[in-house]
Amino acid sequence: MAMKFEKTADGTYALDVKGYVCPHPQLYTKSALSKMKPGDTLKLMFDNASSGESIASMCDRDGDEIIEQTANGGTFVWTIKKS
Amino acid sequence: MEASATIEAGGAVDRSRRNQLWAFLVTGFFLAVSVGAYAVNELYLYLAAYIWFGFVYGMALQSGRFCFSSAFRDLFAVGVPRMVVGIMIATVVFGATAAAVSAAGMSTFHAAPFGVHSVVAGLIFGVGMVLAGGCASSSFYKAGEGNLTAAMVVVTMGVTQALFVDAGGFLGRLVPASWREAALAQGLPASVMAKPGWFDQYTVGYLWQRPTARIAEWMHLGSDSFAGAFVANFLVGVLLPALVVLAVVYAFWARKGFMKKRKREGKPGGAGAELAGFWTMVTSSRGTAITGVVLGVAAGLQMFVTKGLRLRFGIENAAGILAATGHDAGVSLRGTVHDPGHWSVATHSAQWAAWMFQKLGWDMSHNVYFGWSEGIPNPVFNLAAWMSIALVGGAAVMALLNDEFSWKKPTLELSVFAVVGGALMGVGARLGLGCNIGAFFARAANGDASGWLFAVGMTGGAWIAVKFFNWWTERKMAKEVGLATDLQL
Repeated sequence: MAMKFEKTADGTYALDVKGYVCPHPQLYTKSALSKMKPGDTLKLMFDNASSGESIASMCDRDGDEIIEQTANGGTFVWTIKKS
Repeated sequence: MEASATIEAGGAVDRSRRNQLWAFLVTGFFLAVSVGAYAVNELYLYLAAYIWFGFVYGMALQSGRFCFSSAFRDLFAVGVPRMVVGIMIATVVFGATAAAVSAAGMSTFHAAPFGVHSVVAGLIFGVGMVLAGGCASSSFYKAGEGNLTAAMVVVTMGVTQALFVDAGGFLGRLVPASWREAALAQGLPASVMAKPGWFDQYTVGYLWQRPTARIAEWMHLGSDSFAGAFVANFLVGVLLPALVVLAVVYAFWARKGFMKKRKREGKPGGAGAELAGFWTMVTSSRGTAITGVVLGVAAGLQMFVTKGLRLRFGIENAAGILAATGHDAGVSLRGTVHDPGHWSVATHSAQWAAWMFQKLGWDMSHNVYFGWSEGIPNPVFNLAAWMSIALVGGAAVMALLNDEFSWKKPTLELSVFAVVGGALMGVGARLGLGCNIGAFFARAANGDASGWLFAVGMTGGAWIAVKFFNWWTERKMAKEVGLATDLQL
Protein backbone atom coordinates (compact mmCIF):
# COMPACT_ATOMS: atom_id res chain seq x y z
CA MET A 1 0.00 0.00 0.00
CA ALA A 2 1.33 3.40 -0.99
CA MET A 3 1.69 6.35 1.34
CA LYS A 4 -1.28 8.73 1.26
CA PHE A 5 -1.30 12.33 2.50
CA GLU A 6 -4.49 14.32 2.11
CA LYS A 7 -6.36 17.36 3.39
CA THR A 8 -9.65 16.18 4.91
CA ALA A 9 -11.00 19.60 6.03
CA ASP A 10 -9.70 23.08 6.79
CA GLY A 11 -6.68 22.64 9.08
CA THR A 12 -7.14 18.88 9.18
CA TYR A 13 -4.90 16.41 7.39
CA ALA A 14 -4.57 12.64 7.17
CA LEU A 15 -1.41 10.62 6.61
CA ASP A 16 -1.75 6.91 5.95
CA VAL A 17 1.55 5.02 6.16
CA LYS A 18 0.14 1.58 6.98
CA GLY A 19 2.32 -1.18 5.58
CA TYR A 20 5.53 0.83 5.96
CA VAL A 21 8.42 -0.23 8.16
CA CYS A 22 10.99 2.05 9.84
CA PRO A 23 12.03 4.71 9.12
CA HIS A 24 9.31 5.59 6.61
CA PRO A 25 6.43 6.36 9.04
CA GLN A 26 8.52 8.75 11.17
CA LEU A 27 10.05 10.46 8.14
CA TYR A 28 6.68 10.96 6.43
CA THR A 29 5.20 12.24 9.70
CA LYS A 30 8.05 14.70 10.11
CA SER A 31 7.62 15.86 6.53
CA ALA A 32 3.82 16.13 6.81
CA LEU A 33 3.99 18.16 10.04
CA SER A 34 6.56 20.49 8.49
CA LYS A 35 4.05 21.31 5.74
CA MET A 36 1.23 22.17 8.18
CA LYS A 37 0.46 25.37 10.11
CA PRO A 38 0.44 25.70 13.93
CA GLY A 39 -2.90 24.49 15.30
CA ASP A 40 -3.56 22.14 12.34
CA THR A 41 -4.22 18.50 13.20
CA LEU A 42 -2.89 15.38 11.54
CA LYS A 43 -4.64 12.02 11.66
CA LEU A 44 -1.80 9.53 11.39
CA MET A 45 -2.39 5.86 10.55
CA PHE A 46 0.47 3.35 10.85
CA ASP A 47 1.04 -0.30 11.75
CA ASN A 48 4.76 -0.39 12.54
CA ALA A 49 4.70 -0.32 16.34
CA SER A 50 8.31 0.80 16.82
CA SER A 51 7.77 3.92 14.69
CA GLY A 52 5.32 5.11 17.33
CA GLU A 53 8.11 5.46 19.89
CA SER A 54 10.12 7.73 17.62
CA ILE A 55 7.09 9.77 16.57
CA ALA A 56 6.05 10.27 20.22
CA SER A 57 9.59 11.41 21.13
CA MET A 58 9.67 13.73 18.12
CA CYS A 59 6.31 15.31 19.08
CA ASP A 60 7.42 15.70 22.69
CA ARG A 61 10.60 17.47 21.62
CA ASP A 62 8.85 19.80 19.16
CA GLY A 63 5.90 20.53 21.45
CA ASP A 64 3.38 18.92 19.10
CA GLU A 65 0.54 17.37 21.08
CA ILE A 66 -0.76 13.85 20.54
CA ILE A 67 -4.41 14.47 21.38
CA GLU A 68 -5.78 11.00 20.62
CA GLN A 69 -4.28 7.53 20.34
CA THR A 70 -6.12 4.34 19.40
CA ALA A 71 -4.76 0.86 18.68
CA ASN A 72 -6.66 -1.94 17.05
CA GLY A 73 -5.15 -5.25 15.96
CA GLY A 74 -1.71 -3.84 15.31
CA THR A 75 -2.95 -0.68 13.56
CA PHE A 76 -2.46 2.67 15.28
CA VAL A 77 -4.40 5.87 14.69
CA TRP A 78 -3.02 9.01 16.32
CA THR A 79 -4.23 12.59 16.11
CA ILE A 80 -1.42 15.11 16.41
CA LYS A 81 -1.92 18.85 16.91
CA LYS A 82 0.95 20.91 15.53
CA SER A 83 2.33 23.48 17.96
CA MET B 1 -24.42 3.02 16.87
CA GLU B 2 -24.56 1.11 20.16
CA ALA B 3 -25.03 -2.16 18.28
CA SER B 4 -21.97 -1.55 16.08
CA ALA B 5 -19.89 -0.61 19.14
CA THR B 6 -20.98 -3.87 20.80
CA ILE B 7 -20.04 -5.88 17.69
CA GLU B 8 -16.65 -4.10 17.55
CA ALA B 9 -16.00 -4.81 21.24
CA GLY B 10 -17.05 -8.42 20.73
CA GLY B 11 -14.62 -8.72 17.79
CA ALA B 12 -11.80 -7.32 19.92
CA VAL B 13 -12.57 -9.85 22.67
CA ASP B 14 -12.59 -12.71 20.14
CA ARG B 15 -9.27 -11.52 18.72
CA SER B 16 -7.81 -11.18 22.19
CA ARG B 17 -8.80 -14.77 23.03
CA ARG B 18 -7.45 -16.03 19.71
CA ASN B 19 -4.20 -14.16 20.29
CA GLN B 20 -3.88 -15.62 23.79
CA LEU B 21 -4.42 -19.11 22.40
CA TRP B 22 -1.70 -18.58 19.79
CA ALA B 23 0.63 -17.15 22.42
CA PHE B 24 0.13 -20.29 24.52
CA LEU B 25 0.70 -22.49 21.45
CA VAL B 26 3.95 -20.73 20.51
CA THR B 27 5.23 -20.89 24.10
CA GLY B 28 4.09 -24.52 24.31
CA PHE B 29 6.03 -25.37 21.17
CA PHE B 30 9.32 -24.16 22.64
CA LEU B 31 8.50 -25.82 25.94
CA ALA B 32 7.81 -29.10 24.12
CA VAL B 33 11.08 -28.86 22.17
CA SER B 34 13.05 -28.13 25.35
CA VAL B 35 11.44 -30.84 27.48
CA GLY B 36 11.32 -33.37 24.63
CA ALA B 37 14.99 -32.89 23.79
CA TYR B 38 15.96 -33.13 27.47
CA ALA B 39 13.95 -36.35 27.76
CA VAL B 40 15.96 -37.79 24.87
CA ASN B 41 19.31 -36.75 26.34
CA GLU B 42 20.34 -34.61 29.30
CA LEU B 43 22.95 -32.92 27.08
CA TYR B 44 20.13 -31.06 25.36
CA LEU B 45 19.85 -28.78 28.39
CA TYR B 46 22.34 -26.85 26.29
CA LEU B 47 19.66 -26.44 23.62
CA ALA B 48 17.09 -25.35 26.21
CA ALA B 49 19.46 -22.62 27.43
CA TYR B 50 19.79 -21.20 23.91
CA ILE B 51 16.03 -21.44 23.35
CA TRP B 52 14.96 -19.62 26.50
CA PHE B 53 17.55 -16.87 26.32
CA GLY B 54 16.47 -16.31 22.71
CA PHE B 55 12.84 -16.25 23.85
CA VAL B 56 13.61 -13.61 26.48
CA TYR B 57 15.54 -11.51 23.95
CA GLY B 58 12.55 -11.64 21.59
CA MET B 59 10.08 -10.66 24.31
CA ALA B 60 12.27 -7.78 25.49
CA LEU B 61 13.03 -6.48 21.99
CA GLN B 62 9.36 -6.47 20.98
CA SER B 63 7.91 -5.01 24.15
CA GLY B 64 10.62 -2.33 24.37
CA ARG B 65 10.61 -1.60 20.57
CA PHE B 66 14.34 -2.09 20.92
CA CYS B 67 16.10 -1.58 17.60
CA PHE B 68 19.83 -0.99 17.16
CA SER B 69 19.19 0.44 13.70
CA SER B 70 16.86 3.01 15.20
CA ALA B 71 19.61 4.21 17.54
CA PHE B 72 21.87 5.29 14.73
CA ARG B 73 19.13 6.15 12.24
CA ASP B 74 16.54 8.14 14.23
CA LEU B 75 19.18 10.43 15.63
CA PHE B 76 19.99 11.63 12.11
CA ALA B 77 16.51 11.18 10.64
CA VAL B 78 14.27 12.81 13.25
CA GLY B 79 16.67 13.89 16.02
CA VAL B 80 15.38 11.34 18.54
CA PRO B 81 18.05 9.97 20.94
CA ARG B 82 15.76 7.40 22.66
CA MET B 83 17.39 4.27 21.26
CA VAL B 84 21.00 5.45 21.56
CA VAL B 85 20.28 5.89 25.25
CA GLY B 86 18.63 2.46 25.45
CA ILE B 87 21.52 0.74 23.72
CA MET B 88 24.14 2.47 25.84
CA ILE B 89 22.22 1.37 28.97
CA ALA B 90 22.05 -2.21 27.65
CA THR B 91 25.76 -2.17 26.76
CA VAL B 92 26.80 -0.81 30.16
CA VAL B 93 24.62 -3.32 32.06
CA PHE B 94 25.85 -6.17 29.84
CA GLY B 95 29.38 -4.87 30.43
CA ALA B 96 28.94 -4.98 34.21
CA THR B 97 27.49 -8.51 34.19
CA ALA B 98 30.12 -9.63 31.66
CA ALA B 99 32.86 -8.28 33.95
CA ALA B 100 31.44 -10.22 36.90
CA VAL B 101 31.17 -13.37 34.76
CA SER B 102 34.74 -12.90 33.47
CA ALA B 103 36.14 -12.32 36.96
CA ALA B 104 34.44 -15.54 38.03
CA GLY B 105 36.23 -17.36 35.20
CA MET B 106 32.92 -18.11 33.48
CA SER B 107 33.15 -16.01 30.31
CA THR B 108 32.48 -17.56 26.90
CA PHE B 109 33.64 -14.47 25.03
CA HIS B 110 36.54 -14.47 22.57
CA ALA B 111 37.97 -11.21 21.25
CA ALA B 112 37.71 -10.53 17.52
CA PRO B 113 40.49 -9.53 15.14
CA PHE B 114 41.16 -5.82 15.61
CA GLY B 115 41.49 -3.59 12.56
CA VAL B 116 40.00 -1.04 10.23
CA HIS B 117 37.91 -3.78 8.58
CA SER B 118 35.46 -3.40 11.50
CA VAL B 119 34.74 0.20 10.47
CA VAL B 120 34.29 -0.77 6.80
CA ALA B 121 32.07 -3.72 7.75
CA GLY B 122 30.01 -1.52 10.10
CA LEU B 123 29.60 1.09 7.37
CA ILE B 124 28.22 -1.43 4.87
CA PHE B 125 26.04 -3.05 7.56
CA GLY B 126 24.83 0.40 8.68
CA VAL B 127 23.69 1.44 5.20
CA GLY B 128 21.99 -1.94 4.82
CA MET B 129 20.13 -1.90 8.13
CA VAL B 130 18.64 1.54 7.51
CA LEU B 131 17.55 0.62 3.98
CA ALA B 132 16.14 -2.69 5.22
CA GLY B 133 14.15 -1.03 8.00
CA GLY B 134 15.89 -2.74 10.89
CA CYS B 135 19.10 -4.30 12.16
CA ALA B 136 19.58 -8.09 12.34
CA SER B 137 17.96 -8.51 15.76
CA SER B 138 15.03 -6.20 15.02
CA SER B 139 14.40 -7.86 11.66
CA PHE B 140 14.04 -11.15 13.54
CA TYR B 141 11.74 -9.67 16.19
CA LYS B 142 9.63 -7.82 13.62
CA ALA B 143 9.25 -11.07 11.69
CA GLY B 144 7.73 -12.33 14.95
CA GLU B 145 5.18 -9.48 14.75
CA GLY B 146 4.06 -10.86 11.38
CA ASN B 147 6.08 -8.38 9.33
CA LEU B 148 6.93 -10.21 6.11
CA THR B 149 9.25 -7.42 4.92
CA ALA B 150 11.39 -8.10 7.98
CA ALA B 151 11.27 -11.83 7.18
CA MET B 152 12.54 -10.99 3.69
CA VAL B 153 15.46 -9.13 5.26
CA VAL B 154 16.34 -12.19 7.36
CA VAL B 155 16.26 -14.47 4.31
CA THR B 156 18.24 -12.08 2.11
CA MET B 157 20.84 -11.52 4.82
CA GLY B 158 21.31 -15.28 5.20
CA VAL B 159 21.47 -16.04 1.49
CA THR B 160 23.91 -13.19 0.85
CA GLN B 161 26.23 -14.35 3.61
CA ALA B 162 26.26 -17.91 2.27
CA LEU B 163 26.93 -16.76 -1.30
CA PHE B 164 29.54 -14.22 -0.21
CA VAL B 165 31.67 -16.66 1.78
CA ASP B 166 31.47 -19.29 -0.97
CA ALA B 167 32.05 -17.01 -3.98
CA GLY B 168 35.04 -18.15 -6.02
CA GLY B 169 36.21 -17.47 -9.57
CA PHE B 170 37.83 -14.17 -10.52
CA LEU B 171 36.93 -12.59 -7.15
CA GLY B 172 39.53 -14.85 -5.57
CA ARG B 173 42.20 -13.03 -7.53
CA LEU B 174 41.11 -9.60 -6.23
CA VAL B 175 43.12 -9.79 -3.02
CA PRO B 176 46.53 -8.43 -2.03
CA ALA B 177 49.34 -10.94 -2.63
CA SER B 178 50.17 -10.78 1.09
CA TRP B 179 46.72 -12.15 2.01
CA ARG B 180 47.06 -14.98 -0.49
CA GLU B 181 50.55 -15.91 0.71
CA ALA B 182 49.56 -15.76 4.37
CA ALA B 183 46.43 -17.81 3.68
CA LEU B 184 48.33 -20.55 1.83
CA ALA B 185 51.06 -20.59 4.51
CA GLN B 186 48.45 -21.46 7.14
CA GLY B 187 48.37 -25.05 5.90
CA LEU B 188 44.63 -25.61 6.04
CA PRO B 189 43.23 -28.80 4.42
CA ALA B 190 42.94 -28.76 0.64
CA SER B 191 39.20 -29.36 0.84
CA VAL B 192 38.70 -25.78 2.02
CA MET B 193 41.75 -24.12 0.48
CA ALA B 194 42.28 -25.87 -2.86
CA LYS B 195 40.66 -22.97 -4.72
CA PRO B 196 40.53 -20.20 -2.13
CA GLY B 197 37.87 -17.60 -2.76
CA TRP B 198 37.97 -13.93 -1.80
CA PHE B 199 36.49 -14.49 1.64
CA ASP B 200 38.75 -17.46 2.38
CA GLN B 201 41.83 -15.33 1.76
CA TYR B 202 40.36 -12.37 3.63
CA THR B 203 39.66 -14.62 6.64
CA VAL B 204 42.89 -16.58 6.78
CA GLY B 205 45.29 -14.15 5.12
CA TYR B 206 44.03 -10.97 6.77
CA LEU B 207 41.71 -11.51 9.76
CA TRP B 208 43.69 -14.35 11.31
CA GLN B 209 46.83 -12.22 11.13
CA ARG B 210 45.24 -9.35 13.09
CA PRO B 211 45.78 -8.97 16.86
CA THR B 212 42.93 -10.18 19.07
CA ALA B 213 42.79 -8.68 22.53
CA ARG B 214 40.41 -7.11 24.98
CA ILE B 215 41.31 -3.86 26.78
CA ALA B 216 42.57 -5.90 29.76
CA GLU B 217 45.15 -7.70 27.63
CA TRP B 218 46.25 -4.39 26.11
CA MET B 219 46.86 -3.18 29.67
CA HIS B 220 48.75 -6.39 30.47
CA LEU B 221 46.00 -7.63 32.78
CA GLY B 222 44.10 -10.88 32.55
CA SER B 223 40.44 -10.56 31.57
CA ASP B 224 39.59 -13.00 34.35
CA SER B 225 41.29 -10.88 37.04
CA PHE B 226 39.22 -8.37 39.05
CA ALA B 227 41.25 -5.39 37.78
CA GLY B 228 41.22 -6.69 34.21
CA ALA B 229 37.49 -7.41 34.18
CA PHE B 230 36.17 -4.39 36.08
CA VAL B 231 38.76 -1.64 35.59
CA ALA B 232 40.11 -2.39 32.12
CA ASN B 233 37.31 -4.15 30.25
CA PHE B 234 34.33 -2.54 31.99
CA LEU B 235 35.43 0.93 33.15
CA VAL B 236 37.79 1.76 30.30
CA GLY B 237 36.27 -0.45 27.61
CA VAL B 238 32.56 0.03 28.23
CA LEU B 239 31.54 2.70 30.74
CA LEU B 240 33.79 5.54 29.57
CA PRO B 241 33.06 5.11 25.82
CA ALA B 242 29.32 4.84 26.59
CA LEU B 243 29.42 8.06 28.64
CA VAL B 244 31.29 9.81 25.82
CA VAL B 245 28.65 8.68 23.31
CA LEU B 246 25.84 9.88 25.61
CA ALA B 247 27.60 13.21 26.24
CA VAL B 248 27.97 13.81 22.49
CA VAL B 249 24.32 12.89 21.88
CA TYR B 250 23.24 15.20 24.71
CA ALA B 251 25.35 18.10 23.43
CA PHE B 252 24.20 17.86 19.82
CA TRP B 253 20.65 16.50 20.02
CA ALA B 254 19.06 16.84 23.46
CA ARG B 255 20.60 19.89 25.19
CA LYS B 256 19.06 22.65 23.06
CA GLY B 257 15.47 21.49 23.60
CA PHE B 258 15.99 20.92 27.32
CA MET B 259 17.58 24.33 27.92
CA LYS B 260 14.88 26.06 25.88
CA LYS B 261 12.18 24.43 27.98
CA ARG B 262 14.05 25.30 31.19
CA LYS B 263 14.37 28.93 30.12
CA ARG B 264 10.63 29.09 29.42
CA GLU B 265 10.03 27.84 32.95
CA GLY B 266 12.35 30.55 34.33
CA LYS B 267 14.88 28.07 35.74
CA PRO B 268 18.62 28.92 35.81
CA GLY B 269 21.37 27.34 33.67
CA GLY B 270 24.79 26.17 34.83
CA ALA B 271 26.43 22.84 35.63
CA GLY B 272 23.43 21.63 37.66
CA ALA B 273 21.14 22.30 34.72
CA GLU B 274 23.47 20.39 32.38
CA LEU B 275 23.44 17.40 34.70
CA ALA B 276 19.66 17.60 34.98
CA GLY B 277 19.41 17.73 31.19
CA PHE B 278 21.70 14.74 30.79
CA TRP B 279 19.70 12.75 33.35
CA THR B 280 16.39 13.75 31.73
CA MET B 281 17.68 12.41 28.39
CA VAL B 282 18.80 9.13 29.97
CA THR B 283 15.51 8.58 31.78
CA SER B 284 13.13 10.05 29.19
CA SER B 285 11.95 6.65 27.97
CA ARG B 286 11.40 4.42 30.99
CA GLY B 287 10.37 1.43 28.87
CA THR B 288 13.49 1.64 26.73
CA ALA B 289 15.73 1.96 29.78
CA ILE B 290 14.09 -1.06 31.47
CA THR B 291 14.45 -3.11 28.28
CA GLY B 292 18.12 -2.12 28.11
CA VAL B 293 18.64 -3.39 31.67
CA VAL B 294 16.78 -6.66 30.95
CA LEU B 295 18.80 -7.31 27.79
CA GLY B 296 22.08 -6.44 29.50
CA VAL B 297 21.45 -8.75 32.46
CA ALA B 298 20.16 -11.59 30.24
CA ALA B 299 23.14 -11.33 27.89
CA GLY B 300 25.61 -11.56 30.76
CA LEU B 301 23.70 -14.35 32.45
CA GLN B 302 23.63 -16.33 29.21
CA MET B 303 27.44 -16.49 29.15
CA PHE B 304 27.47 -17.72 32.75
CA VAL B 305 24.84 -20.41 32.11
CA THR B 306 26.45 -21.58 28.86
CA LYS B 307 29.88 -21.83 30.44
CA GLY B 308 28.37 -23.71 33.38
CA LEU B 309 26.78 -26.23 31.04
CA ARG B 310 30.03 -26.63 29.09
CA LEU B 311 31.87 -27.40 32.32
CA ARG B 312 29.15 -29.78 33.47
CA PHE B 313 29.11 -31.70 30.18
CA GLY B 314 32.87 -31.49 29.61
CA ILE B 315 32.58 -29.86 26.20
CA GLU B 316 34.16 -26.83 24.57
CA ASN B 317 31.68 -26.54 21.73
CA ALA B 318 28.16 -27.77 20.87
CA ALA B 319 29.73 -30.12 18.33
CA GLY B 320 30.62 -32.30 21.34
CA ILE B 321 26.91 -32.73 22.05
CA LEU B 322 26.14 -33.47 18.39
CA ALA B 323 28.90 -36.11 18.34
CA ALA B 324 27.67 -37.70 21.57
CA THR B 325 24.09 -37.88 20.27
CA GLY B 326 25.00 -39.08 16.77
CA HIS B 327 23.95 -35.93 14.92
CA ASP B 328 27.34 -34.60 13.90
CA ALA B 329 26.73 -34.42 10.14
CA GLY B 330 27.59 -30.86 9.15
CA VAL B 331 30.24 -30.36 11.83
CA SER B 332 33.25 -28.45 10.44
CA LEU B 333 36.62 -30.06 9.66
CA ARG B 334 38.13 -28.76 12.89
CA GLY B 335 35.26 -30.41 14.78
CA THR B 336 33.20 -27.36 15.70
CA VAL B 337 29.93 -25.65 14.86
CA HIS B 338 28.87 -22.07 15.45
CA ASP B 339 28.42 -21.93 19.21
CA PRO B 340 29.23 -18.44 20.48
CA GLY B 341 28.08 -19.00 24.06
CA HIS B 342 26.50 -15.57 24.00
CA TRP B 343 23.86 -13.70 22.00
CA SER B 344 24.50 -13.71 18.25
CA VAL B 345 22.20 -13.46 15.26
CA ALA B 346 23.64 -13.20 11.75
CA THR B 347 25.54 -16.48 11.48
CA HIS B 348 22.40 -18.54 12.11
CA SER B 349 20.68 -17.24 8.99
CA ALA B 350 23.88 -17.89 6.99
CA GLN B 351 23.91 -21.52 8.15
CA TRP B 352 20.22 -22.00 7.34
CA ALA B 353 20.79 -20.62 3.83
CA ALA B 354 23.88 -22.81 3.33
CA TRP B 355 21.96 -25.89 4.50
CA MET B 356 19.21 -25.10 1.97
CA PHE B 357 21.80 -24.69 -0.80
CA GLN B 358 23.33 -28.03 0.20
CA LYS B 359 19.89 -29.66 -0.10
CA LEU B 360 19.56 -28.16 -3.57
CA GLY B 361 22.86 -29.78 -4.56
CA TRP B 362 25.26 -26.83 -4.09
CA ASP B 363 28.15 -27.94 -1.90
CA MET B 364 28.81 -25.05 0.50
CA SER B 365 31.37 -26.86 2.65
CA HIS B 366 34.45 -26.16 0.49
CA ASN B 367 35.23 -22.84 2.08
CA VAL B 368 36.91 -21.79 5.30
CA TYR B 369 33.83 -20.18 6.85
CA PHE B 370 31.50 -23.18 6.76
CA GLY B 371 33.96 -26.01 6.04
CA TRP B 372 36.59 -25.15 8.64
CA SER B 373 34.89 -22.90 11.20
CA GLU B 374 31.12 -22.78 11.57
CA GLY B 375 29.84 -25.99 10.01
CA ILE B 376 26.45 -26.49 8.37
CA PRO B 377 24.42 -28.58 10.81
CA ASN B 378 20.85 -29.61 10.07
CA PRO B 379 18.75 -26.69 11.42
CA VAL B 380 16.99 -29.10 13.81
CA PHE B 381 20.36 -29.86 15.44
CA ASN B 382 21.81 -26.37 15.11
CA LEU B 383 21.61 -25.71 18.84
CA ALA B 384 22.76 -22.06 18.86
CA ALA B 385 20.50 -21.16 15.94
CA TRP B 386 17.46 -22.15 18.00
CA MET B 387 18.19 -18.94 19.90
CA SER B 388 17.13 -16.91 16.84
CA ILE B 389 14.08 -19.12 16.19
CA ALA B 390 13.04 -18.64 19.81
CA LEU B 391 13.71 -14.89 19.51
CA VAL B 392 11.08 -14.77 16.75
CA GLY B 393 8.78 -16.85 18.97
CA GLY B 394 9.25 -14.63 22.03
CA ALA B 395 8.54 -11.54 19.96
CA ALA B 396 5.44 -13.20 18.48
CA VAL B 397 4.12 -14.01 21.96
CA MET B 398 4.54 -10.42 23.14
CA ALA B 399 3.00 -9.04 19.94
CA LEU B 400 0.04 -11.41 20.30
CA LEU B 401 -0.53 -10.56 23.95
CA ASN B 402 -0.27 -6.81 23.22
CA ASP B 403 -2.65 -7.13 20.25
CA GLU B 404 0.11 -5.97 17.91
CA PHE B 405 0.47 -9.09 15.78
CA SER B 406 -0.73 -8.82 12.19
CA TRP B 407 0.51 -10.20 8.90
CA LYS B 408 2.01 -7.32 6.96
CA LYS B 409 2.70 -8.09 3.31
CA PRO B 410 5.65 -6.34 1.68
CA THR B 411 5.00 -3.83 -1.08
CA LEU B 412 7.24 -3.70 -4.16
CA GLU B 413 8.96 -0.59 -2.79
CA LEU B 414 9.68 -2.17 0.59
CA SER B 415 10.72 -5.46 -1.05
CA VAL B 416 13.41 -3.69 -3.04
CA PHE B 417 14.70 -1.95 0.11
CA ALA B 418 14.54 -5.25 2.03
CA VAL B 419 16.55 -7.15 -0.58
CA VAL B 420 19.17 -4.43 -1.14
CA GLY B 421 19.42 -3.66 2.58
CA GLY B 422 19.47 -7.34 3.60
CA ALA B 423 22.22 -8.06 1.06
CA LEU B 424 24.38 -5.20 2.37
CA MET B 425 23.77 -6.41 5.93
CA GLY B 426 24.89 -9.89 4.88
CA VAL B 427 28.14 -8.60 3.37
CA GLY B 428 28.80 -6.27 6.32
CA ALA B 429 28.09 -9.01 8.84
CA ARG B 430 30.58 -11.37 7.26
CA LEU B 431 33.31 -8.76 6.81
CA GLY B 432 32.88 -7.76 10.46
CA LEU B 433 32.39 -11.34 11.71
CA GLY B 434 29.02 -10.42 13.13
CA CYS B 435 26.05 -8.07 13.05
CA ASN B 436 24.84 -5.38 15.44
CA ILE B 437 24.72 -8.04 18.16
CA GLY B 438 27.81 -10.21 17.54
CA ALA B 439 30.09 -7.51 16.14
CA PHE B 440 28.94 -4.55 18.26
CA PHE B 441 26.88 -5.38 21.34
CA ALA B 442 28.73 -8.50 22.55
CA ARG B 443 32.18 -7.13 21.73
CA ALA B 444 31.75 -3.60 23.10
CA ALA B 445 30.24 -4.96 26.33
CA ASN B 446 33.11 -7.41 26.79
CA GLY B 447 35.86 -4.81 26.49
CA ASP B 448 36.75 -5.64 22.89
CA ALA B 449 37.41 -2.29 21.19
CA SER B 450 36.60 -3.71 17.77
CA GLY B 451 32.94 -3.51 18.83
CA TRP B 452 33.19 0.27 19.07
CA LEU B 453 34.94 0.39 15.68
CA PHE B 454 31.99 -1.50 14.18
CA ALA B 455 29.68 1.06 15.84
CA VAL B 456 31.62 3.94 14.27
CA GLY B 457 31.09 2.30 10.89
CA MET B 458 27.38 1.69 11.58
CA THR B 459 26.95 5.35 12.53
CA GLY B 460 28.53 6.47 9.24
CA GLY B 461 26.44 3.98 7.28
CA ALA B 462 23.24 5.11 8.99
CA TRP B 463 24.06 8.75 8.20
CA ILE B 464 24.55 7.97 4.50
CA ALA B 465 21.32 5.94 4.28
CA VAL B 466 19.33 8.62 6.15
CA LYS B 467 20.52 11.21 3.62
CA PHE B 468 19.12 8.96 0.91
CA PHE B 469 15.82 8.42 2.74
CA ASN B 470 15.37 12.16 3.39
CA TRP B 471 15.63 12.73 -0.35
CA TRP B 472 13.34 9.77 -1.10
CA THR B 473 10.68 10.89 1.40
CA GLU B 474 10.65 14.49 0.27
CA ARG B 475 10.44 13.39 -3.36
CA LYS B 476 7.40 11.23 -2.63
CA MET B 477 5.74 13.87 -0.47
CA ALA B 478 6.30 16.50 -3.16
CA LYS B 479 4.68 14.18 -5.68
CA GLU B 480 1.72 13.56 -3.35
CA VAL B 481 1.28 17.28 -2.66
CA GLY B 482 1.67 18.10 -6.34
CA LEU B 483 -1.03 15.62 -7.36
CA ALA B 484 -3.66 16.97 -4.98
CA THR B 485 -4.92 20.50 -5.54
CA ASP B 486 -6.15 20.72 -1.94
CA LEU B 487 -2.62 20.13 -0.69
CA GLN B 488 -1.03 23.19 -2.24
CA LEU B 489 0.38 24.11 1.15
